[in-house]
Amino acid sequence: MASENLAREAAEATHGAVDTPIGVESAFPPFDAAAFPSHLFWLAVSFGLLYFLMLRVIVPRLGGILEDRRDRIAGDLGEAERLREETDAAIEAYETELADARKKAHGIAAERRDQIKADNEAKRRKAEDGLTEKVRDAESRIGEIKAKALSEVEDIASDAVEAVIATIAPISADRSEITAAVKAAKE
Amino acid sequence: MAAEGALDPIHQFEVHPIVDLHVGGMDLSFTNVSLYMVATTAVVALFLILSTGGRGLVPSRWQSMAEMSYEFSASMLRSSAGAEGMRFFPLVFSLFMFILVANMIGMFPYFYTVTSQLIVTFAFSMLVILTVVIAGIRQHGMRFFKLFVPDGVPMAILPLVSAIEVISFISRPVSLSVRLFANMLAGHITLKVFAAFIAALSALGVVGILGAILPLIMTIAITALEFLVAGLQAYVFAVLTCLYLNDALHPSH
Repeated sequence: MASENLAREAAEATHGAVDTPIGVESAFPPFDAAAFPSHLFWLAVSFGLLYFLMLRVIVPRLGGILEDRRDRIAGDLGEAERLREETDAAIEAYETELADARKKAHGIAAERRDQIKADNEAKRRKAEDGLTEKVRDAESRIGEIKAKALSEVEDIASDAVEAVIATIAPISADRSEITAAVKAAKE
Repeated sequence: MAAEGALDPIHQFEVHPIVDLHVGGMDLSFTNVSLYMVATTAVVALFLILSTGGRGLVPSRWQSMAEMSYEFSASMLRSSAGAEGMRFFPLVFSLFMFILVANMIGMFPYFYTVTSQLIVTFAFSMLVILTVVIAGIRQHGMRFFKLFVPDGVPMAILPLVSAIEVISFISRPVSLSVRLFANMLAGHITLKVFAAFIAALSALGVVGILGAILPLIMTIAITALEFLVAGLQAYVFAVLTCLYLNDALHPSH
């Protein structure tokens, strides 16, 4: 009966009969109570289906996509931060090591310098010692030679005096007197 | 008589059975309205399911649109009802998408506007209000009725204030459903009336065709306005749903 209503009202509405009050056949369609059960039933079916799909498929899926993306971005940012910290630590370690190496190099250089200086000093002292000894030797030899020469000078002078005396005077002078005289004259 | 039917602005809201279906004396025929309801569900569901099929970390254009609609509804609900309101998210998202798509489908010429049926919008608003009442009572028990008893009101005027609160609560489903229904119905009737002017005037010869330019401009302008209204009313319905759900979660003022 209701479907007859629908059909008849559709037919009549096409002919322009629209100003009939609610509840009567061919009522203003939005207020036509005869069609309400059909509207409600099919609305329940279609909207119910949509709600079910939302609940089971769409909202979990979209929510999952957005959450994955948020997690991924947060994870990437965290990873970047971790890598940055690692880099900072590596740079710090490098700089510490560099400073250490520099300090060690300085130490080695200083040690080496000191050692060379000490070596040179020792060699120099040794050489100086050798020279001093040689000078002393030479000096003593010079002294000896000088003494020997001087003693020979006395003999030569005595010989010369004896010869001079023998030439100018017919006296034979005593050798020891001549020697004493020469020594006295030399002093 | 066909021309007269085409010029009749109410003609577009008529209900025709497509498949007769009677269950227990009730007429549950599959009508053109039912067809557009099912089409709305199909469009929403296919759009949201197919576009997110790739689950791309970097979204495609379609997936980006689905994500935008999701985040738009989610931020709307979160800002009105807080984080605990998110358990109603499937309902709010379904309502928003269904009403939006139903309104937009209605903008196609010769397509039926499901939301211009009062019973449809009333069913939606009753769904919202019943969700509010049931969720509110389940969560807060009798304290839910503190909604009608604002804090800090003197005893002398408390009955009056409570009566006003009760009336405003009862009028919610009415205003919620009538707002959407009336906007869609009136918009489509206005559109049809101006469009009919064009047809009627241009039948009068050269002068009539020149005179038809004015209603043509109006029709174009109202079409643009109707697109705005279609989106806006879906948004308004969803926002009010969120605000009412907030009452269920936090009944004390």
